[in-house]
Amino acid sequence: MNAIASLTRATLTKDLRLEWRSKDAINSMLFFSLLVVVIFSFSFDPTAEESRQIAGGLVWVAFLFAAVVALNQTWAREMRNQVLDSYRVSPAPPNALFLAKVLGNFIFVTVLQALMTPLFIVFYNLRALGPAYQLPIVAALGTWALVVNGTFFAAMSLRTRSREIMLPLLLFPISIPALLAMVEATGAILTGDFSARFWIVLLAAYDVVFTIASLFLFGFVLQAE
Amino acid sequence: MVAGVGSFAPRAGETPAPARAVLSSVAMLPAVIVTDLVKQFGRFAALRGVSAEFAPGRLYAILGDNGAGKTTLLRALAGLIPPTRGKISILGTTNLRSVCGQLGYMAHPSLLYDEMSGMENLRYFARLYGVSNRGQNENDQRCADVIRAVKLDPSLTRPVGQYSQGMRQRMSLARALLNDPKILLLDEPFSNVDMRSAREMVSLLTGLRDSGKTIFVVTHQASLLEGAADEFVHMEAGQIVSRTAGLRPAEAR
Repeated sequence: MNAIASLTRATLTKDLRLEWRSKDAINSMLFFSLLVVVIFSFSFDPTAEESRQIAGGLVWVAFLFAAVVALNQTWAREMRNQVLDSYRVSPAPPNALFLAKVLGNFIFVTVLQALMTPLFIVFYNLRALGPAYQLPIVAALGTWALVVNGTFFAAMSLRTRSREIMLPLLLFPISIPALLAMVEATGAILTGDFSARFWIVLLAAYDVVFTIASLFLFGFVLQAE
Repeated sequence: MVAGVGSFAPRAGETPAPARAVLSSVAMLPAVIVTDLVKQFGRFAALRGVSAEFAPGRLYAILGDNGAGKTTLLRALAGLIPPTRGKISILGTTNLRSVCGQLGYMAHPSLLYDEMSGMENLRYFARLYGVSNRGQNENDQRCADVIRAVKLDPSLTRPVGQYSQGMRQRMSLARALLNDPKILLLDEPFSNVDMRSAREMVSLLTGLRDSGKTIFVVTHQASLLEGAADEFVHMEAGQIVSRTAGLRPAEAR
C-alpha cells in the first residue's frame, strides 16, 4: 500500500511538473471554457431566473468538454517517445499510474473550475437560492466521476488510430447517469426548487463503483498491445 | 570493468568475471529460453516458431534485415507483447512480470520525457524500480553514476528534448542500466550515434557482460560488435536462421 502511495505521488509530481513546463492541458481547457462562457452569453440575455434554470447544464458542458481536452493530453504525453513502455517494463503496479493520472486530471479540472466559476457568476448573474455549501461537493464528486471514467477510457483508446474521437464516443454514454446527476444537483442548488440530496448520493455511488471497476481493470488496459 | 562506476562492479558474494566465464562454460542454466515462439499481427507473422537458448553472462548481437523480427523478439522478451504461441522463460520463470525488475530495456525511441532533464527523468524511473527505497542520496548517486557511465554530465539541467540524438541514445541506455539489471535488451543502441561514442558504448557493454550480465543487442551495425559479441544471431522472416560464435580479441590472438 505504501509502495502504491509513494509511486502515485512520484508520478503525480512528475505529471504536474510536465504540465507546469508545457501548459498543454490547462491552456487548451481555459481557452475552450472561455469560448463557451462568452459565446453563450452572446446568444441570449440572461435574467437571473433564466440563468439559474440553464446554468447547471451550461457549466457542466463547459467543464466536460474541457476535461476531454485534458484527458487526451494526459496519455498523449506518455505516448511521445513511447515513455509508457518504460512504465510497462518496470515492476511498478499499474494502479499507481492510474491513480496518479486521475488525481492529476482532477487537479487540472479543479483549477479550471476555480478560474472559471467567477466568470460564470458574473456573465450569468448567478446566485444560489438553495444550500450553496453543496455546490463544492457536487463539483468535487462530478469532477471525480468525469476524470475517473475519462482517464480509464482515454487509456483504452490510446492505441486506436482516431483516439481523440474514440474518447468522447466511449466516455459520454457511460457518463450519462453522472452527467444527469451533476446537472440536476447544480440546478437544484441554484434554483432552490428541490433537494439535491438524491443526486449527490447517486453521484457518490457512481464514483465509488466506477473507481473500483477502473482500478480493477486498468492493469489489463495497460498491458494490452 | 567500467572505470569510475563502482556500482557496476560485482557485488559482495558475486563471482568475479574470470571465474564466472569458467562456470558458464561448465553448467549454468540458460538465462533465456525461447520455445516455439510465434507472434502474429493480424495475418502477418512477425515471429514464426523461434526456439533458442541463451546462456548467462554473454553478449548476443541480433542481426537481420528490416522486418526480420528482431525488435518483436526483443519486445516479447521484455514482456511488452504477449506471444501468440510459444513460451519464454527468463531466469528460470515463465512469469515475466515477476522478473521485470531484473530486465533493462532500451527501445528505438528514447522512452524519456522531453520536458525533463536527464537527472529528473532517471530520478522518476528510479522510483518505478524501487531504487529510491535506499534513500534519496543513494538514489541520486545511482542516477549520477549511470549518467557518467554513458559519458554524460549529470549536472546538465537542460531538458532531454534539447539533447542531440546521440546524447538522447546514451541517456536512454543510462535509463536501461538504472536498476542494475541482470538482462539487458537493447534495440538499436548505436543508431544516430557517432563512431567514437558508439565504440564507448560497446566498451561499456563488454564491461557489463564481463560483470555477468546477459546482453541482447539488436543492431544493423554488426561491425561495431566484432570482437565484443559472444554470438551473432541472424534472423530472417521471423526465424533464427543461424548462430555464429563471435571472435573475442583474446581468441583472435
